[in-house]
Amino acid sequence: MKTVVVVGAGPAGIRAVEQLVRAGLRPIWIEESPDGGGRITQRPPAGFKRDAASLYGADSGRAKRLHATLDAMKPRTDWRPDTLVWNIRPEARTLQTLTGGSQQGEIAYDALILCTGAVDRVVPMPGWTMPGVTTLGGAQVALKAQGVGIGMSPVLVGSGPLLILTALQYIKAGAKPALVLDTTPFLQKAWETSGLLWNAPTFLRGVLMDLRLRLSGVPYAEDATPIAIEGDTAVTALRWRDSGWREHVTPCDAVALGWGLKPESQLADLAGVPFDYDTKQQNWVPRRDAAGRTPVPGVFLAGDGAGIGGAEVAELAGARAALALLADAHLPSDAALTNHLDGRLRTEARFRAALDRAFPYPAKLAAKMADEVSVCRCEVISAGELRAAAAAEAPEMNRAKAFSRVGMGRCQGRLCGPPAAAVLADALGVKVDEVGRLRGQPPVKPIPVQ
Amino acid sequence: MTVTRLVDQDRPAIAFTVDGAEIVAKQGDTLLTAMLAGGLTHVRTSEFGDGGRAGFCWMGACQDCWVLVEGSGIRRSCTTLAEPGMRVIRR
Ligand SMILES: Cc1cc2nc3c(=O)[nH]c(=O)nc-3n(C[C@H](O)[C@H](O)[C@H](O)COP(=O)(O)OP(=O)(O)OC[C@H]3O[C@@H](n4cnc5c(N)ncnc54)[C@H](O)[C@@H]3O)c2cc1C
Ligand code: FES
Repeated sequence: MKTVVVVGAGPAGIRAVEQLVRAGLRPIWIEESPDGGGRITQRPPAGFKRDAASLYGADSGRAKRLHATLDAMKPRTDWRPDTLVWNIRPEARTLQTLTGGSQQGEIAYDALILCTGAVDRVVPMPGWTMPGVTTLGGAQVALKAQGVGIGMSPVLVGSGPLLILTALQYIKAGAKPALVLDTTPFLQKAWETSGLLWNAPTFLRGVLMDLRLRLSGVPYAEDATPIAIEGDTAVTALRWRDSGWREHVTPCDAVALGWGLKPESQLADLAGVPFDYDTKQQNWVPRRDAAGRTPVPGVFLAGDGAGIGGAEVAELAGARAALALLADAHLPSDAALTNHLDGRLRTEARFRAALDRAFPYPAKLAAKMADEVSVCRCEVISAGELRAAAAAEAPEMNRAKAFSRVGMGRCQGRLCGPPAAAVLADALGVKVDEVGRLRGQPPVKPIPVQ
Repeated sequence: MTVTRLVDQDRPAIAFTVDGAEIVAKQGDTLLTAMLAGGLTHVRTSEFGDGGRAGFCWMGACQDCWVLVEGSGIRRSCTTLAEPGMRVIRR
């Protein structure tokens, strides 16, 4: 095995690299950010002083362990921070990179582990492009990595563990949310609790977080529906409907939106990995076996980029993918650890399945958005234009893209992908997986023109 | 939009300009944080006539926070640290 490359230095990438180094390899390790840590354990820039406990709360133990391994691995690898992998040419087994925003590079690889993480999944609504509206993850990054809040009385809208977590973090920082709006019915969450017991500690943590939010005095609406973000040049209120269909207007100075996550899987796509629709997760996920092997020889996937699993799974899957790589290359790999990881990953998958059922993406809400709402915030393409594309015989996403330009903007369909698919499928009267997905195209993020 | 400094703000002050006007920020601020916490309501104007934008994802995914930094070109303000003396132009 000559050149092994790991892309991403979040929980999955860190644990993958650790196993490769343990086996005596010196991988090339590429990370777009100036430092590793990924999303959940993102490090603020130099000069910030909060300790791990105040930065990461209940995840501070995980953060400390991950950061210790990250720092220990840097000198034992060819560590390349501030470097974006913007293309993969699978025939030539070559990566194209951009360092420091300007320096182009090429790396030939023999094997590759992609640990590229995820982005928030959103539902567009009137007003969502206004200043003051962010993703839920964005609201969290603001606080974690910059010590600022998106507002002093924000409204947080969405569902899932990140919704409650972000609310509690804002309360603690002194910016009490004006409202936490959860689109999921309480009963649906409660119903799935038996499945959630597959990971009892995490489940218990979730229950306690939920309780803390209920005791905090912050209004918490469940089974509620956002209607519109109001304001002219800045957010002034959220209009919404409660479970009894009564309308409310909650004044606020910012809004964060997030319904779970979507794999950041463009690189897997470019590497030639086929995708399948995961109906539980309501995401297109790159095909891989339980160990992270893809049908493309030498290409392995781990972490949220290979299907949303959360931080715990990302760590396990990162290590597991590295062990698979070693085994396939006939290098010594730890058989006992492999068995242990396989068992843990099986249990976690059951937990995840219950979590996905408990907090579904509100595809109906997305599908029925008003004609004038911009599905695509990059190119300002409305749901109406997309529906017109459907009427003009665009039976799938890439045709609809050609007709309407949805997904052609600078975010490359990262944000509009899921809602646009929901709108298109609804307009055509087919299931969402039947309209396909936007194919990845290089560069995965805009780069300076050469 | 009231991006507000809440915690961990005991950092040295730095100054740079946006469209020629001075913004006082803190070392470690991204340009996005510095501009919004510094009182600006937006960091770019949509080329499709639907108003100002102030980023969305804060993590380099949406590309809705681009600014022009003199001498280094178009940058994502959410992943670029503010530096003393920078000259930023909003577009
Ligand atoms: C904004 C945000 C906040 C989150 N906060 C929490 C939280 O508080 N608690 C929680 O349990 N979960 C949180 N999550 C979920 C989180 O994704 C997982 O818990 C965990 O971080 C997944 O680990 P990972 O290693 O798979 O991916 P990540 O931690 O996302 O790491 C992926 C890394 O790959 C890098 N990368 C991606 N593409 C490229 C490329 N083309 N070139 C070079 N580098 C690249 C990224 O910069 C990143 O550092 C959050 C997710 C998001 C998006
Ligand atoms: S705010 Fe999304 S890329 Fe900067």
